[in-house]
Amino acid sequence: MSVPRFWRKLDSRYNLKGTHCVECGEYFYPPRNTCVNCRRQGQIEAYRFKGTGEIVTYTVIHTAAEGFEKQAPYTLAIIKLDEGPSLTAQVVGSSVNAYIGMRVRSVFRKLGEGGERGMIYYGTKFIPVDG
Amino acid sequence: MRDVAIIGVKNTKFGELWERSLRDIVVEAGIGAIEDAGVGGKDIDGLYVGNMSGGRFVDQEHIGALIADYSGLSRNLHVPATRVEAACASGGLALRQAILTVASGYSDIVVAAGAEKMTDVGAQEASSALAAAADREWEGMAGATFPGLYAMIAKLHMHRYGTTSEQLAEAAVKNHRNGCLNPIAQYRNEITVDQVLNSIMVADPLHIFDCSPITDGASALVLAPAEIAHEYTDTPIYIKATAQASDTIALHDRRDITTLDASVMAAKRAYEMAKLGPGDIDLVEVHDCFTIAEICAVEDLGFTEKGKGGIFTEEGETAIGGLIPVNTSGGLKACGHPVGATGIKQAVEIVTQLRGEAGKRQVEGAEYGMTHNVGGSGATAVVHIFSRER
Ligand SMILES: [Zn+2]
Repeated sequence: MSVPRFWRKLDSRYNLKGTHCVECGEYFYPPRNTCVNCRRQGQIEAYRFKGTGEIVTYTVIHTAAEGFEKQAPYTLAIIKLDEGPSLTAQVVGSSVNAYIGMRVRSVFRKLGEGGERGMIYYGTKFIPVDG
Repeated sequence: MRDVAIIGVKNTKFGELWERSLRDIVVEAGIGAIEDAGVGGKDIDGLYVGNMSGGRFVDQEHIGALIADYSGLSRNLHVPATRVEAACASGGLALRQAILTVASGYSDIVVAAGAEKMTDVGAQEASSALAAAADREWEGMAGATFPGLYAMIAKLHMHRYGTTSEQLAEAAVKNHRNGCLNPIAQYRNEITVDQVLNSIMVADPLHIFDCSPITDGASALVLAPAEIAHEYTDTPIYIKATAQASDTIALHDRRDITTLDASVMAAKRAYEMAKLGPGDIDLVEVHDCFTIAEICAVEDLGFTEKGKGGIFTEEGETAIGGLIPVNTSGGLKACGHPVGATGIKQAVEIVTQLRGEAGKRQVEGAEYGMTHNVGGSGATAVVHIFSRER
């Protein structure tokens, strides 16, 4: 991942900023500038998510993605935010035992390392609400 | 629109072909299909080639031109050649583009090929190239891998429908059994459920034996308008339907994580076009990049209800001799998964079966066959239906 490519969406990654269509009411994270329901008739505005949600499904990854080797095994989940949209993120915290339906909230953490260039990037992960 | 027939087919051997380059294998497949069809270079109006990532795997783009050149179709004949890319559905999409150009009347004899040379790079680099079929920015950057995405499908499928790891393993066991009967298959050894369950965990609940391998291979077929197909072969196989559908690039944006809506829609469009239903299909090649993908496919294509794919597989309904034989070639799991070639290989297998030339893995009396080719975690699906009779 190049530096500009990461920086471009920094605000979204750091602060869980997405978008909201005023026309139909749907929330989008990752941000979308075209509403999937209203398309050109949509009216998109920025929205900062509360950061709470629930695990829809998850896995424990043993064979890590490139740049994530030091974190393996790690828990990856699809999390449905309370405002509606779902995203893919890691669930962390001492002795995470993720389960479907688990309540989680967002935290700011190191995401991964960018190979030879040595770039370390940060973003949103999730921890159990009761953890 | 004109009816279209397949008049020639060829697969190379699938596997780790250290001594052979991308151009070597794709030329072998292309020339083989042309010879099988009995057409000459001068007859060929176009070439479509499915290739996912020549740039990442062999540092080569412009694959269409390369392949036309080394097939002897460029310097004297100047045959137009087009590369088609839709991740692991590149081959199926190349076939669809070839069918559309013949059906429209724009071209007559067209070659549809697919190829991938994956073993020139290491396993980590190959995995990284494949991960580019997902959403790099919003899945990849969170640490998602391809097995990880399908593992999340599997986890929810198990939670919601009671599907078991043993049932997933049965898909791999059956595909290895079929692969033993296919001379071109990468793996021609039987495996057991215990071996699958005891193999290393890649992304819970998927073990390494739940995953398709890294493979080199190429496949090709030759298309012609149905009305002249008999001039070339006694056993043309007819295209009854070509259908394609899209869905969100990221798994997390899907309507339902355990359903590939793109597969459902592509199948629905294909059944309508062919005026057939799931009960009419005699065999199917599905996109089993992971065992859970085969379980979802038999549901999404309508062969069993949503949630019943695991038990359907466990009860042997997808084996040769079962209700609907699935992946007689060995599937992606045992035959191998050279990503750009897979969609074409699936069609070659169905043609071979409908011609009655599949040897020990022959499905007796097969009239209608189907292929199902998926890109990414389900953002593209391509479904074709083939028939022995026009
Ligand atoms: Zn809207």
